This record gives sequence, C-alpha cells and structure tokens, in this order.
Amino acid sequence: MKLEPETIDDWKKKLLSYQIFLKSWLEPSHLAGLRPKLAFQTGVLAGFSLLASVLLGVTNCSTQGTIQQRLDEDLKKSLEEVVPASYYDNNILQDTLTIPSEGYNIGAKETTVYLAKKAGKVSAVCFKFIAPDGYSGAINMIMGIDRDGTLLGVRVLNHKETPGLGDKIEVAKSDWILNFVGRSLENLTPAQWAVKKDGGVFDQFAGATITPRKSVQATYRALQFFKAHQEHLINP
Amino acid sequence: MFISDSFRRIAADGIWNNNIVFGQNLALCPLLAVTGTATNGLGMGLATLVVIIASNGLISVTRHLIPSEIRIPIFVLLIAALVTLVDILMNAWAHELYKVLGLFIALIVTNCALLGRAEAFASKQPVREALWDGLMMGLGFALVLVALGAAREISSAGTLFANASLLLGESFKFLEITVIPNYKGFLLMALPPGGFIMLAFLIVGKRLIDQKLASIKKAPVVILDEVIAD
Repeated sequence: MKLEPETIDDWKKKLLSYQIFLKSWLEPSHLAGLRPKLAFQTGVLAGFSLLASVLLGVTNCSTQGTIQQRLDEDLKKSLEEVVPASYYDNNILQDTLTIPSEGYNIGAKETTVYLAKKAGKVSAVCFKFIAPDGYSGAINMIMGIDRDGTLLGVRVLNHKETPGLGDKIEVAKSDWILNFVGRSLENLTPAQWAVKKDGGVFDQFAGATITPRKSVQATYRALQFFKAHQEHLINP
Repeated sequence: MFISDSFRRIAADGIWNNNIVFGQNLALCPLLAVTGTATNGLGMGLATLVVIIASNGLISVTRHLIPSEIRIPIFVLLIAALVTLVDILMNAWAHELYKVLGLFIALIVTNCALLGRAEAFASKQPVREALWDGLMMGLGFALVLVALGAAREISSAGTLFANASLLLGESFKFLEITVIPNYKGFLLMALPPGGFIMLAFLIVGKRLIDQKLASIKKAPVVILDEVIAD
C-alpha cells in the first residue's frame, strides 16, 4: 500500500500534538493537581501493577527455556556424579519412569527414576530422594544404583545442616559420603545400615550425629524403594 | 573528576555517616542471615547494590506520578518486581552465580533499607542524585556485609573468601586465603548469634572512630553544645 504524503503529514501532526499533550500532562505542577484525586490514585496504582506484571510476565516467558536448559544441565551434572559415564549411552534425562513412593518416606509422593541404558538394556538407575528429618530441615540427595542394587554413588544436592559440623555430608567438605559406594541391602544387614553410634558401619561426625544418621537412614529407605520396584525398573 | 558538594555529601552519608547498617540500623535480617562468610556477604552486597540503584532510579523517575497516600504500596510493588526480575535474569544468564546467591536474592525484598531509601530520598530527589544515592548506600551496605562476613569467617573457620572463585570466577582464586592454619573452628561465630555479637563489635568500632574524629575536628565549645543537646 502506498501512503499519500498528506496522510503521513497528518499523522506526524497528530503525533506531535499527542507529544505536546503528554509533556504538559506530565508537568510536575499539573501532576501535583491530579495527585489528590481518588480516580488518579486508582489509575496510578493500576498502572504500576500493570507495568510490573507485564515486565515480569515478559521476562518469565522469554527466560523460561533458558532456565529449564540450565536446570537440565545441573541435573545432568549431578547424575554424572552418581552414575559413571561408562554405564550408559542413552539420553538419561529423557529416559525416565515415575513411580509412586509415598510409603517410603523419601520426600516425594512420586519419584522420577532416570534410567541409564547401555545398548538398550538398563544398567543402572538414578533418582533424587530426601531425608525429611535432617538436623535443620530436609536434606536433598541423589543416588545411583546399578541393576543389581549396589550403590554407585550418593551425593547431597542441598541441605541446611550446621556449617562446620553437619556439612561434612557434602563431598566438597569430606569424603564421608563416598562410603556408600559398593554398599547394598545384600552386603549389609539392616542393623548395619546405621551410624557407628547406633551399631552400624557408617561414621558419625564429632559434634554432629543426627545429620549422618538421617542421611544413612534415608539412603536405606531409598534402597528399599528401589528393591520393591527393581523388576519393573530394570526391565521396563 | 569534579564532584559537587551535594554529591560528595551523599557519598559520605551512604558509605559512612548514615550507613544503612551502622547509621540507620536497617537491613539486619539479610545482613545476619548471609554473612557466614565474606564471599556470601560480597555476593549479597552486589545483588543488593544492583537492586537499590534500580529501585532508586525508577522511583525517582516516577516520583511526580506517585500520590503520597499510596506511595508505600507502589514502592513495595516496584521493589518486589525488580527483585523478582533480577532473580529470573540471574537464574537464566548467570546460573553459576545464581546457585550461590539464589537463596539470598529473594531476601532483598525483606530489606527495609530499600524502602527506606525510596521513601527518604528517591521520592524527593532528581534522578541523578537518586541513582548516586543508591550506588553509595549500596556500596556502604556491601562494605559492611564483606567486613562482617570476613570477621565471622576468620573467627569461625580461620579462612577468608572461601569459595570466592565460585562467585567471581576462577581468576579470583587468589582471594581464597587460609588466615589461621590448623584452626579448630569456633562454631558460635558461624551461627546467627555470632552474627549479632560480631555486628556489635563492628558498631562499637565505628562509634569509637567517630568519637576520635569528632574530638580531633571540633572545638571544645561544640562538644559542650552536644552535651547540652543530649
């Protein structure tokens, strides 16, 4: 469509008049007269709310994909820590099974289990679990188990335990958590699945017994959860 | 660079005289919550700095539009929106940093100092002054956070700027110092009560310095005036 020069001129004039109007409207002295009016106040509050919601909405929509990608990268990194790369050749993030886990007290009603497959056969599984009863709140953990039920690794994802005492469950602070590697429900009796103070095989920390005790107990429960669904998980 | 008197005064107020923590005793919640280590303090300080500059600027730009009757809800709305914005953007574009700081970003909303600056300064001043005030107040706050974090970290763990490379990148590894080797650790200082105790020491220190400065500067007559006013 070709625009007539007159129409463009007309628009320009209109735009200019709007500009002048807006400028005079935004003069502090003019606004000072408007501010006490109830209708103006309502309008301003509505305007700011609209501005805030549009801004947040647009930002949220435009960053959602990126954030999801970052979270996937995080998850992948922690998965790689508990399941060695030699165990799988599939896209472990996409190959999942969601299983109800309500009775096991490992945090969630449903647990998403990531399946590590080598040549189409499940070689190991990996899932997040929670010790809900840590010394100061929930301890979020992740574990990798090979198809026979032997632990490949356990890591703490985040926790609020006492710095300097309970935080030795982090692999960055102490190698305590590596003690889980190679353990299973078969090679330890239920009584041995405890800290040494309770007659088990796992160390407690000087000054912090509850944190490792609850971590061991949650790991034990998570293994029971795996055992109950082992057949289904390794032959999906 | 030439800085006019009023700007210099804003800077002095923000960093020392009317410092958010030392002068106004505001923002103690985020202050005590995150200063377990100097690195955390620095991170929180930087995040707050960004938000306080943005909120001061935004409120100053719109100050003629905001009726005094509903200014508080509008300030809260703007600050909360800004904090959420920073939170989302950091999560997407500075994810490593976000993993360290993420917990603290939301805490900035509870930082009454932002509301205080909006109310006391930005809503009455031109944009440039408001931005400058935000920068200086934010810097002053960040300095206290780092100082408190450093003091607590040294006394609780014997290290300084542990994990700084996580926050600032590998090139800042040199900041990570073990101040006291083979330190057994003093847990109290890492816990919240330790924060209060150390903060008290820092405030006393600031007051002592102020007193010293005042006694050097002022003639005895002026001090007498102060005594009477008290």
